[in-house]
Amino acid sequence: MVWINVILQGVLVGGLYAMFAAGLSLIFGVMRLVNIAHGDLIVLAAYLALVVTETLGIGPLASLILVVPLMALIGYALQRLVLNRTLGDDLLPPLLVTFGLSVIIQNGLLAVFTADSQKLHAGNLEVATVRLAEGVYVGALPLLQFIVAVAVIAALQFLFYRTPLGRAFRATADDPAVAQLMGLDNRHVFALAMAVSLAVVAIAGVFLAIRADFDPSQGPARLIFGFEAVIIGGLGSLWGTLAGGLILGVAQAIGAHLDPGWQVLAGHIAFLVILAIRPEGLFPKVRT
Amino acid sequence: MSVRVAFASRSSRVGMALCAVGIVALAAAPFWGGRDDLALLSEVYAYVALASLWNLLAGYAGLVSVGQQAYVGLGAYILFAFAILAGISPLWAIPLAGIIAAGVAIPVAMLVFRLRGHYFAIGTWIVAEVFRLLAAQISVLGGGSGISLPAGLIIAIAPSRQLRDFIEYWIALALVVVILALILLLLRSRYGLALKAIRDSELAATCNGVDVMRTKFLVYIVTAAGTAMVGALIFLQRLRTSPDAAFSVNDWTAFVIFIAVIGGLGRIEGPIIGTVIFFVLRQTLADLGTFYLLMLGVVAILVMLTAPKGIWGLVVDRLGWQVFPLERRVVLDERSAARAPMAATDGR
Repeated sequence: MVWINVILQGVLVGGLYAMFAAGLSLIFGVMRLVNIAHGDLIVLAAYLALVVTETLGIGPLASLILVVPLMALIGYALQRLVLNRTLGDDLLPPLLVTFGLSVIIQNGLLAVFTADSQKLHAGNLEVATVRLAEGVYVGALPLLQFIVAVAVIAALQFLFYRTPLGRAFRATADDPAVAQLMGLDNRHVFALAMAVSLAVVAIAGVFLAIRADFDPSQGPARLIFGFEAVIIGGLGSLWGTLAGGLILGVAQAIGAHLDPGWQVLAGHIAFLVILAIRPEGLFPKVRT
Repeated sequence: MSVRVAFASRSSRVGMALCAVGIVALAAAPFWGGRDDLALLSEVYAYVALASLWNLLAGYAGLVSVGQQAYVGLGAYILFAFAILAGISPLWAIPLAGIIAAGVAIPVAMLVFRLRGHYFAIGTWIVAEVFRLLAAQISVLGGGSGISLPAGLIIAIAPSRQLRDFIEYWIALALVVVILALILLLLRSRYGLALKAIRDSELAATCNGVDVMRTKFLVYIVTAAGTAMVGALIFLQRLRTSPDAAFSVNDWTAFVIFIAVIGGLGRIEGPIIGTVIFFVLRQTLADLGTFYLLMLGVVAILVMLTAPKGIWGLVVDRLGWQVFPLERRVVLDERSAARAPMAATDGR
């Protein structure tokens, strides 16, 4: 029974990791850009939600109505004004610019909000539990978070394969030059992809902030978890990313159960083992 | 009429002469500088070495690692482990750290080389995190809270504190000179030619018979060894190590990347210029705290967007200077044709 609980907790946390990963996976798929500031943007979204909840006196989930469009706007502007200039054959500029961005966001948050850890309070939702079976209870919040994660992945899947915007994303990903010849403005398409990515980041950031304390230094770890989920799941597959998130969550939960010091380490080891035996990930879709 | 390849140019002869004078002056620093000066200069040397190694890795071999703190920390922990657990003199532990780090880097490279481009960067970061978390599990070396070097081992280096400072300073200077000299020799060898070809175009390099993977592998191992020796020395001077300090991504990767980018990637002079700028900025803006790092990030982004070759890149484009004799030029051995018309320049 203990192990069922451990694995269940891992699966539920894994949903959050899948949300970290989905935004990362999306922009890599569309423009071959790995955003090193991704984790810091998640933390930025958490702080944005903190400001919104405190100034308006609304709950964290209600704050999503503002935080999601705000982050999407930031994403669009960031891509249009900065990141589009770095795209090209050379790998270095996008990496170094997003790395610089990561340092800027971290230290900017540190200067404004100090290093004190913060938390979003969601009232009763935080302590409510749901009984799944005899002796197996799960928190309502982790369950909600998991359901939202699956919904986000499903929505992205729909966006990607069933809408005109998704078609533009896929066309640009396949061949930016031809997509441009067909009348797409790549700069705009890339900016929209970043906007969608940061909208997902906003949701992930708010759930992260309700679940646990956060502070400005947490971004890199979130980036790494998201990245591990992407690689474990296999590049280019959204459902694979969800599976990757779940595997990472379960590995961490098992590690934490054996020894609290091994939680994060167990996740990294699971990632390295999969990289060693199956570098293309478990459910790969595209070759890069 | 015979043809040969020349490396030196007028600017490089002046540059090397200035370097020689500079090294002599710096080697005499214990006689003209105070304790603080020596500490500051040692730190400058460490950053020149780290940035030059990172430049070799990212600027030449195209391996953008954000996980070199793995080897700084590894070097520090190897030194402390040998000194504390085996009683080996910390001075001997520095070369040992290089050898062991090279050995550790082989399986790590085999793993992270499966990741391409951007993903390689984050993969190296995860490896560094794994190293940090593992270091925190070693209870004989203080676990998560770290450990100090016992006084007995420190005194064994030299009886007086002043002499110890001098010895450590000279080792720091020697290490950076040796690392720069080795990078220079590597770049002048056939591997250097291969590296420059890879820097300019991987595809063209492959077409011309360069074994790109093998060259990259070699560079990764060499930089790991160098980085670990620098790391060992840094923490010998600090006398204390902890997982968070030894594997710090800010101290050993963010600063190093900013230095290399601002100074100029893919040029041996770049990291040296970058380090000087970094320390001048730091000494003048240190009071600003976190804003200092923030500004450094902004400057690095602006340089990357507007002058991706960095400050030294601008100098080379405008003036064609080179401090180190690296540029290969085909020269006719004739008095009348000292400079051949088919000069093969080194520009990107």
